[in-house]
Amino acid sequence: MNAIRDLGFRTVSLVAHLGRVTAFVGEIGRSTVAPPWRFRRFVAELYDVGVLSLAIVCLSGATVGAVLGLQGYVTLSRFGAEGSLGAVVGLSLVRELAPVLTALLVTGRAGSAMAAEIASMVTTEQLDGLRMMSVDPVDFVVKPKALAMLCAMPLLNGLFIVFALFGGYLVGVELLGVDGGTYVSSVEQSINFEDDILGTLLKSVIFGALVGIIATYRGYTSEPTSAGVSAATTGTVVTGSVSILLFDYVITALWGV
Amino acid sequence: MDGVIETEARVQLEGVHLSFGVRPVFRGLDVSFPRGRISVILGGSGSGKSTLLRAIGGLVRPQRGSVRVAGEDVTRLPERELFRVRERIGMLFQHGALLDAMSVYENVALPLREHTRLSESDIAAEVERRLAAVGLPDAGRLRPRELSGGMLRRAALARAIVTDPEIVLCDEPFSGLDPINVRRIEKLFTDLNRQLGISLLVTSHHIPSSLRMADQIVFLHDGVAEAGPPKEIRYHPDPRVAGFFAAELDADAATSEDGQGEEGTRP
Amino acid sequence: MQPSPLRDLIVGTFVALGLATLAYLSIQVGGISYAGRGGLVLYATFDEIGGLKPRAPVAVAGVTVGQVRSIELDDLLRARVTLEVDEGLELPIDSSAGIRTQGLLGDQFVALEPGGDDVLLTNGEELEFTESALSIERLIGRFVHDSGIDAGTE
Repeated sequence: MNAIRDLGFRTVSLVAHLGRVTAFVGEIGRSTVAPPWRFRRFVAELYDVGVLSLAIVCLSGATVGAVLGLQGYVTLSRFGAEGSLGAVVGLSLVRELAPVLTALLVTGRAGSAMAAEIASMVTTEQLDGLRMMSVDPVDFVVKPKALAMLCAMPLLNGLFIVFALFGGYLVGVELLGVDGGTYVSSVEQSINFEDDILGTLLKSVIFGALVGIIATYRGYTSEPTSAGVSAATTGTVVTGSVSILLFDYVITALWGV
Repeated sequence: MDGVIETEARVQLEGVHLSFGVRPVFRGLDVSFPRGRISVILGGSGSGKSTLLRAIGGLVRPQRGSVRVAGEDVTRLPERELFRVRERIGMLFQHGALLDAMSVYENVALPLREHTRLSESDIAAEVERRLAAVGLPDAGRLRPRELSGGMLRRAALARAIVTDPEIVLCDEPFSGLDPINVRRIEKLFTDLNRQLGISLLVTSHHIPSSLRMADQIVFLHDGVAEAGPPKEIRYHPDPRVAGFFAAELDADAATSEDGQGEEGTRP
Repeated sequence: MQPSPLRDLIVGTFVALGLATLAYLSIQVGGISYAGRGGLVLYATFDEIGGLKPRAPVAVAGVTVGQVRSIELDDLLRARVTLEVDEGLELPIDSSAGIRTQGLLGDQFVALEPGGDDVLLTNGEELEFTESALSIERLIGRFVHDSGIDAGTE
C-alpha cells in the first residue's frame, strides 16, 4: 500500500506547505501595518514591477485589441452588426482578457525577476546579513516587493485595457471602416462601471496579491544554490500562472462577472 | 583544561548537538570564547566552522544544548528577541553579503539608519570613519560588484563594526586573498581588538595568520572542540589535532601563494 | 536601493498614468453612477420596464438629470419606478416618462418628456403618463392591428 502512504504523505506535506505560506503572508501583513514603512524601497520596487513591465503590457494590449477587432469584425459583419464592434472588443477585454493576460504577462516578467532576486539574495547570504544586523528580511525585502506587485497590477491592467481598446480602434476603424464614433459609443455603452470596471479591478488586485506572495515566497524559501534560484524562478511562473487561472474561475463564478 | 584564558566568557556553548538532517555536525560541543580576545576557529572542511558562527548568531538552532551570548541563551529566544542580542554582534560573511542593489556607502550606513536616530551628516561621518579605518576611503560610491575580493571583505568589515558591537564574527575572511590583503585584514583585526576591545571570533583556513593573531585557537574535529592558546593547540598531544597543523603547513609551504582555502568558491 | 529622483519621477508618472486610465475607464467608459444634486423624487408606473435597472439614468431631451432609485411591484402588479432628479427641475404635471434604449444594444433609461401645463410636479408626485418599454412582440402586434400610436397609459 505504498501508493496510499505516499498519498497521505503528500497530503500532509501540502497542508504543512499551505501553513507555511499562510504564516509567511501573516508576516508580510504584520510588517505592512507597522513602521518602518519603507516607502522609498516600495517606490523603487514599483519601478521594477510597474514601469519595466509597461512595454510588454502596452504592446500586448494593443496586439490583443487588434486581434479582437479583427475577429470581432469578421463575425459581426456577417450579421451587419459592425457597429457593435466596440462592445465586442470592450466586453471580452474588460472582464476576462485584460486582468488575466496582464497578470500572466507580469508574472512572467516581473514575478520571475522578483523571485530570482530574492533567491539570489538567499544564496549570497544577504538575507542572513540583514538578520545579523537585526533587520527583518521580510520587512526590508519582501514587503516592499509584494506590495508593489499588488499596486502595480491594477494600474497595468487599466493600461492594457486602454491600449487594447485603441488596438481594436486601429483595426476596426482605420483599417476596416467601422465608424469611429460608433465604435467609441459602442464601447462606452456596453461597459458598466459597477459590473465591469469594478470586476476587472477586483481581479487584478487579487492577482497582484497572489503573484506578489508566490514570487516572494518562492524566492525567500529557495535553496541557497544556483539550482535553487532557477527553481524559484520557474516555480513562480508556473504556480503563479495556474493560480491566476484558477482564481479567475472562482472570482468569475462568485462575482457573476 | 590547561592554559585556559582567564577572562570572562562572552560567548559560551555547552553540550551542543547539531545535525543537518542525518548529517551530524556537533556532538556535545563545549567551548568558551573569552571577552576582548581574538579567537580563531580552525578545522577541516565540513568540521562545522561556519555552522559554529551561525549558531552563535542564532541563524541555526542546535537540537540540544545552549549557546550563551552576552549572558542570553540564543537557542531559547524567538526571532524578535534575537534581534536585540544581535545588536551587540557584527558579522562578516565569507563573501561580504553586502546588498548588491546598494552602494558601499548605503550598505555601511544601513545599520545606523535602521537602529539609530543619527542625522545624515552624523551618519556620513561614521561611515567615512569606518571606511577610512579599513582602508577604503573612496569606495563609498561603488557598488559591491565593483570591488575586488579583498576590498569587499573590508567593506563588509566596515559595515560589521559601524555600530560598535562588542563581538564580531568573521567567516573565512582570508579565503581567496593574496598575502598582502591577508596581512592587511590581520592588522585590521588586531587593531580592532587592541584599540576597541572587540571580541573577535574568526574562522579560517589560513594557519600562519591564525597562529600569529589568535589569543585562543579553537580546533573543531569530529563534532567537538579543543581550545587553548596557539602554542598549546599547535603542539597538541592528540595526533588528529597536531596532524592537521602539520598537513596544512606542509600544503602552504608547497604552494607559492598562501591563503588558499579549500572552501570559498563563489556561488 | 539608491535614492534617485529621476526614478521617483518616473514611478510617479507611471502611477498617475495608471490612475488616470482607471479613472477614464470608470467615468467615461463605464459611466460611473450619476452623482448629481438630486433632491426631487418622482414616481412612474409602467406595465413593462424591459431591462430597466436601478441607477439607470433619467434624461430630459437627452440630458441626464437623475437616476432610477428603485423599482417595485405595486398592488396592481405593475412596475412602480422611483426616480430621483435634480431639485430645480421644472416638469409640468402632464409630463410623460418613457423607457428607451441607448443606441441599439445599449442599456435602458428613462426619458422624460415635458408637457405643457402651468402646474409643476413637486416632490413625491406621480407622473400620470408613462410609456412602457418597447418589445418586439408589441411592435409587431401594433403593426398588425394597425392601431394608433399614442403616448398614454395602457
